[in-house]
Amino acid sequence: MHEKSVAAVESALKEYYFNRFDLIHVPTRPAQREFGYQKINGGMMRHIAIKDDKELHLLLMKEIPSDVYCSNAYYSFPNLPMSEKDWKGADLIFDIDAKDLMLSCRKDHSIFKCVSCQVVTKDHLPKCAKCGSTRFESTSVTCKNCINESKKEVRKLIDILNNDLGIKNEEIEVYFSGNEGFHIRVTNQDYEQLDSQERADLADYTMFNGVMPETFGIRKQNTSKLDLPSIEEGGWRGRIARNLFSSKIKTSQTVKQIMVNGYSAFQLKLDEMRHIMGVRVDPKVTMDIHRIFRLEGSINSKSGLSKIQCNNLDSFDPFLQACLLGDDEVQIICNCPLPITLKNKKYGPYDNETVTLPKFAAVYMICKGLGNAI
Amino acid sequence: MHDDDTLQIQRAKYPFLTETGKYLKDKSLTLEELNNPDWKPVIEKAYHRITATIAGKIYNSNLDQPDIEILSFIIAIILLKKSGIPTFSRRFSLQEARRAENYLKRDLEWKGNGSILEHVKRKGQSQQLALDILRNEFKLDVVMAEDSFKVKVTDYLKRGAHFHEREWKLVNRKVEQGLVFLSSDETVRLIRKELDELIGSKIQSINIESIPDTFQERVRDIKTLANSTLEIVTFSGEYPPCVKHGIEVLERGENLSHSGRFLLATYLLARGQTVDQIVPLFKNAPDYNERITRYQLEHISGSLGKGTKYQCPSCDKLKSENLCFAIPDCDGIINPIQFGKKRKANA
Repeated sequence: MHEKSVAAVESALKEYYFNRFDLIHVPTRPAQREFGYQKINGGMMRHIAIKDDKELHLLLMKEIPSDVYCSNAYYSFPNLPMSEKDWKGADLIFDIDAKDLMLSCRKDHSIFKCVSCQVVTKDHLPKCAKCGSTRFESTSVTCKNCINESKKEVRKLIDILNNDLGIKNEEIEVYFSGNEGFHIRVTNQDYEQLDSQERADLADYTMFNGVMPETFGIRKQNTSKLDLPSIEEGGWRGRIARNLFSSKIKTSQTVKQIMVNGYSAFQLKLDEMRHIMGVRVDPKVTMDIHRIFRLEGSINSKSGLSKIQCNNLDSFDPFLQACLLGDDEVQIICNCPLPITLKNKKYGPYDNETVTLPKFAAVYMICKGLGNAI
Repeated sequence: MHDDDTLQIQRAKYPFLTETGKYLKDKSLTLEELNNPDWKPVIEKAYHRITATIAGKIYNSNLDQPDIEILSFIIAIILLKKSGIPTFSRRFSLQEARRAENYLKRDLEWKGNGSILEHVKRKGQSQQLALDILRNEFKLDVVMAEDSFKVKVTDYLKRGAHFHEREWKLVNRKVEQGLVFLSSDETVRLIRKELDELIGSKIQSINIESIPDTFQERVRDIKTLANSTLEIVTFSGEYPPCVKHGIEVLERGENLSHSGRFLLATYLLARGQTVDQIVPLFKNAPDYNERITRYQLEHISGSLGKGTKYQCPSCDKLKSENLCFAIPDCDGIINPIQFGKKRKANA
């Protein structure tokens, strides 16, 4: 990001940090957490100990970071190097990102920018029409469908957390990530102690990964005795039964079909169901017990939107509710071939032109690499 | 059957739960008294208990004589401690753990004869004692359901997530409301490693200054047995740290995970060693069985089965299995096989 843009974004961030202390808090047990931050064009600063909101606010005002992070883990000595921190436990976290959902709408709101000559295009071309370079950076702009599909994944995850894993709603916090997805944090003493491998298995459970036909009563041999799941059952057995047997008539037909098709066909069927029914979380995030995770209330520098808690997931509109930077007018040069919608207002498309935008929209364009401050 | 008898039988099944000093005191016994020829059969039983496990067998108990069962266990761990042969101690704890596992399974799903009332009472007692052991010794709370046992998801994951078979993945379990449904076999399988460690810790922690002559004789026998059966296997040459770690674990006579053994086998085969050369490396493993080791190595080498020759796992795979102990010399390699070769190229 060039100098003037850095100054413009930092000014917006400073104003946000100063005005919205009400939104930015340290999580529970702050003295046991590791904090970290990044400045625009800067490296990651980690291993920072912060004991309360006051210290956090002081750091934000002093450093004006573009991104602020806090560990899901609890340590005896959060400011020491990793090997000396003395890990005590970690909240269980999940990351659901629209970019991992393979949605067909992605091509409609992706923008490609040539790394050499900065030309911007809506289409993914093999090479740049202007300079011939084959290297492109891609970015994606506001899309309601992406958010709605991500919400569906969140609902699937919450169903599993509640009904399979026995985690109560009051132990689950759902946050908009500040860009294109959601972060889910579980604070439960039993789950807090799980190590990385155990969390990986838990992530696989939510994703329906590694499932065997035997779990649903289908064996390689002795196929005459099926122990198929029933729709009254809980967990994945019940979920799969409800998917397979939607009515009594269908049940007998389906059972017959399963018996005729055999083991391998059922494995394929399970793989198909995994794509639809498994929750598409990022397993690397869930299994990481030393991760520093974006701090709630802070700004995500990929978009200029805030990571905020969603108390009502159904009605939550991130492009309205998480768009919290100021609305003074700012002039920028904008090169955005697609319209974006923020705070219910459409901006663009812009063809490399000087435009006057409210600060939140100007910062969004700059953060997405589609605009530069003048 | 009297309740005290039931308790005594339980102690015979699980002698590692008995505190040695307290037991001897309660029975008004001292080690000196055990030097008396009258006790010779018990010492012999203890020695037999050890030799059975060294041969890779599960010792067969006689629960009609619970006191002798308990005492023979206590003497066995004294003999092992005094012999100071870690490999034998580990084989003993492993096989004794398997023996206790069998009893725990049977106690959890108690099936016996007698009147219905007697049956219900004894079944309840037997199950309760097994559940108490799981809770008190292994912090595993087990809830009984109609035809299964239920444990908390987190208690399950702490154990099951470290098993390698796909059937142990949580997704392949019946899970509801934070509980995992298991059979009695599966419930007990969950604590196998802890059971082994608990028995091992009993041998480690026993502290006896001097032992009677009758014990000394058997200690000498155990040492002689060690000299004749255990081989000190040392390897030269530069191995990557993950392979070195596996070899060191085996040299100490400790249990190496399935993945660790697979790494050693595939690595050494890839480096041109033969099955005959590799077999002795596993001799100190607590569960060593030459026939099985040879069979598995031949499978991995592709000379048995469908002829698939298994490749050495990648560094990434080893990392995920906590078997990677990378050092700076590992920089730039993606498979342990490349260790050394790539370094030479860079030199």
